Amino acid sequence: MRVGVVTFPGSLDDRDAARAVRHAGGEPVALWHGDADLHGVDAVVLPGGFSYGDYLRCGAIARFAPVMGPLVDAARGGLPVLGICNGFQVLCEAHLLPGALVRNDSRLFVCRDQRLRVENAGTAWTAEFGDGEEIVVPLKNGEGGYVADDRTLDELEGEGRVVVRYVGDNPNGSYRDIAGISNERGNVVGLMPHPEHATEPVFGPGTDGLRFFTSVLRGVLTA
Amino acid sequence: MGRVVVDVMPKPEILDPQGKAVAAALSRLGFDHVTGVRQGKRFELEVPGEVTDEVLAEARKAAETLLSNPVIEDVVRVAVADEAP
Amino acid sequence: MTDTVAHAAGTPDVEQPYDELGLTEDEYGRIREILGRRPTSAELAMYSVMWSEHCSYKSSKVHLRQFGEKTTDEMREKLLVGIGENAGVVDIGDGWAVTFKVESHNHPSYVEPYQGAATGVGGIVRDILAMGARPVAVMDQLRFGAIDHPDTARVVHGVVAGVGGYGNCLGLPNIGGEVVFDPVYQGNPLVNALSVGALRHEDLHVSAASGEGNLVILFGARTGGDGIGGVSVLASETFDETGPSKRPSVQVGDPFAEKVLIECCLELYASGIVVGIQDLGGAGLSCATSEMASNGGTGMRVRLDTVPLRDSSLAPEEILMSESQERMMAVIRPEDAETFFAITGKWDVEATVVGEVTGDDRLVITWHDEVVVDVPPRTVAHEGPVYNRPFARPAELDVLQADAAEDLPRPATGDELRATLLRLAASANLSSRSWVTDQYDRYVLGNTAQAMPDDAGVVRIDETTGRGVALSTDCNGRFVRLDPYHGAQLALAEAYRNVATAGATPLAVTDCLNFGSPEDPGVMWQFDEAVRGLADGCQTLGVPVTGGNVSFYNQTGESPIHPTPVVGVLGVMDDVTRRTPSGWKDAGQALYLLGVTREELSGSEWAWVEHAHLGGTPPRVDLEAERVLGQILVNASRDGLVDAAHDLSDGGLAQALVESCLRYDVGARVWLDEVTGRDGVDAFVALFSESAARVLVAVPRSEEVRFTDMCTARRFPHAKVGVTDDSGSLEVQGQFEIGLEELRAAWEPTLARTFGE
Repeated sequence: MRVGVVTFPGSLDDRDAARAVRHAGGEPVALWHGDADLHGVDAVVLPGGFSYGDYLRCGAIARFAPVMGPLVDAARGGLPVLGICNGFQVLCEAHLLPGALVRNDSRLFVCRDQRLRVENAGTAWTAEFGDGEEIVVPLKNGEGGYVADDRTLDELEGEGRVVVRYVGDNPNGSYRDIAGISNERGNVVGLMPHPEHATEPVFGPGTDGLRFFTSVLRGVLTA
Repeated sequence: MGRVVVDVMPKPEILDPQGKAVAAALSRLGFDHVTGVRQGKRFELEVPGEVTDEVLAEARKAAETLLSNPVIEDVVRVAVADEAP
Repeated sequence: MTDTVAHAAGTPDVEQPYDELGLTEDEYGRIREILGRRPTSAELAMYSVMWSEHCSYKSSKVHLRQFGEKTTDEMREKLLVGIGENAGVVDIGDGWAVTFKVESHNHPSYVEPYQGAATGVGGIVRDILAMGARPVAVMDQLRFGAIDHPDTARVVHGVVAGVGGYGNCLGLPNIGGEVVFDPVYQGNPLVNALSVGALRHEDLHVSAASGEGNLVILFGARTGGDGIGGVSVLASETFDETGPSKRPSVQVGDPFAEKVLIECCLELYASGIVVGIQDLGGAGLSCATSEMASNGGTGMRVRLDTVPLRDSSLAPEEILMSESQERMMAVIRPEDAETFFAITGKWDVEATVVGEVTGDDRLVITWHDEVVVDVPPRTVAHEGPVYNRPFARPAELDVLQADAAEDLPRPATGDELRATLLRLAASANLSSRSWVTDQYDRYVLGNTAQAMPDDAGVVRIDETTGRGVALSTDCNGRFVRLDPYHGAQLALAEAYRNVATAGATPLAVTDCLNFGSPEDPGVMWQFDEAVRGLADGCQTLGVPVTGGNVSFYNQTGESPIHPTPVVGVLGVMDDVTRRTPSGWKDAGQALYLLGVTREELSGSEWAWVEHAHLGGTPPRVDLEAERVLGQILVNASRDGLVDAAHDLSDGGLAQALVESCLRYDVGARVWLDEVTGRDGVDAFVALFSESAARVLVAVPRSEEVRFTDMCTARRFPHAKVGVTDDSGSLEVQGQFEIGLEELRAAWEPTLARTFGE
């Protein structure tokens, strides 16, 4: 099971995402932003970081990278894609997911171990969780506020496409405490928190994040 | 050589924490008559020749494709830079 | 008209503004002597910047020699590179080495807090990168003025946002540091930054231009007017009382450019084609070219007009002095040029051949084919002026030392002790730092085993074995003010102790010496004493200083800051997953206090918070005790004998208890009888004294005997002081009880309340 991890200039958590894939039992495949080729991977992770320095808007330039051409096509065709933090921003800019991410309402970067609730265990990336399960995963961002108009928000809620929600104090002003969403089909998921930093004991607040990666591998096996 | 100015502002319904912070700071500094602030972006695009209507149309397309995110921003002005406001 | 060498030779009597550039008449005279003529403007600019205090260490060299002189052969064994290079390099076993260093960026951070702090981080990371290492973590040591002073918030917001903004974007976890508030730093905030990097032994690179005919390449960001004159003008001038009246252009950083530069450099190193590498920091091109040539024992020829510019109006002198960030200089063989440019091209990093290595021991710089610089590189980079500044113990120190805090009125009843503990826990320096540290990414790279608020930051270096390092940076400026020699040793002891507390064996030291004006004999005396104390202390503990930084002129008018020698200690662990956290997680564990408590309140947090008092002499230094204590902690960690260990420092035992209880919300029942009885002190002293060489440990019941036997075998004083429990409170028997919620309400919100929205 080969999972591609894209590196844009400025990507930071690509190494960590690759490590998480390995821990989950998969084979990480490094995908270069400038290479318009997915190399036949079974799933793709767009990692966290500051691609292009967050110039213009987070993810605004990365979404036009050559690799995004085949990625968008493959995603529309059902390829599992997980966008983490900056990756989530890229997915929104690329219109694979609705809404946008704006500056935290506190205007401060926040790094903390965040309580979350998995509200949809039916997506490609959350199959190993139970519906309503509470987990702890690190959150670290300056531009993590999820916003969308009411129509979009109602649609997401109504269709069960809010995948993960913040529990406790809202850390960044995200509307409806939304921490992660999916597309209609459930193969594309955007997440603000960083599951790749909760896959190894000691090096994170626990291992709750690992199941995001084992979920997609299970899905690939049974596909 | 010509220049096109593009102004991008956050949509009215979008929370603008930076604008809010700027307004609070102005108030603290005694600029009491300012009741609200919204913070946007201004781009200056350099073009080789004169700024024609075609050039402006291209600039608007560029603004809508890359310079702004239509989900949260509006392109509020696309104009020749030399036109004084 | 360009001031060329030919022109200078022909016009010896031209008046030159050496004074304005910070050079003394003697220094100017020396330059003329070296060159046998007057210097060109470009040469004058070069010498003025490279001979400034910040670059040449002219006031500190004679003192800093001790670090090398007092390093024994045994201490040197683990060093791959000692003082002198961009950063020290230490062998940590298994073919791995780490390089680490701490540096200051003080004056720019008062002028432009965000960029000052950001470029401080950027600069130290490049130093680490220039050794051939992948930077793996950063730490920051921040000192601000009084917490409630109107100007403090301006500096705090900018500095913290700058450290976080740059470090987070680079993708380096921030694993610890310090945040201190004291009026003495009001006009002179201190912003120190540390970086640590990892490399395999064979990947070590040096900053030397060697090989006649080799190419000299400048790559990274374009050169602009950043920080022109910053080094010599800012760092060698104290601010006058009205504040930063002159605002020379401060350096502006772009962390994305540096992130890309890091990846590009690492790929260049891996390709094996880099002969020499240097980062451009203070004094920019002047420094890189002269240092590389001097280090290589060769010469260099540089075509200044080929330097890619951000601002085409810059004159040659300005290009040479520019401190534009995110630039590196490499020396490669001509046949490797294609490989070099292929890699920089892949990362979209601009790279330009600006010159070549020559064999004639001269640094020759041309501007559109005219020679504007022709100097012996060693005289610029390594043979700057060396001063023996006069120093004298200030007379008023006797008065200060006689004014002991032990004589101050002190709390006696349980209620009074309770109230004192809560006030201290909420005070500016003891309260939670999380408002600051939550703005830093601690997780990126996935190798952080431990970070703030634990005693030391711990990072894994080898993912297969778990081998890694622990780091702590400490300094109590009040102690150093009271007694610079012992105060410096106390800083070393604290950092050493913190590293051992995490379970790591201390290996090496870096230091950032922040002092007032070297032209003040009293300050110079403090410097001499502190360096002596640190050098002697390092020798006793067997940990060598591998490199560091000196920042002078932290002074407004006649008032210098407290002498603040920040000491960083690095230690090694076979397996970082076995590291010891600073707070206990389980009820039912035995609490032991290791070490002896004396009536030592002078310079303490209690004296300062409760009485605004600074006087007396600092706690006694016992380095032998620190060494044994360290061994106990490292062994205990390795053998799984302790679940938590927290060193005692500011705020004494009381603060250690507060922090340990609140770390995982597990309370404790404490009794002081053994300590008060054995050490002959009362409850107040037991709680608030700041005696050194003490650590609080939580021992599982099953390991109690083995642990105490180990301490006894080493004849190290230890006393059982309580048990952890699930009472939800901190109880000091016979004195007071405080619910953890009340404790947290006092300890947690101070910084957020002061600096938050």
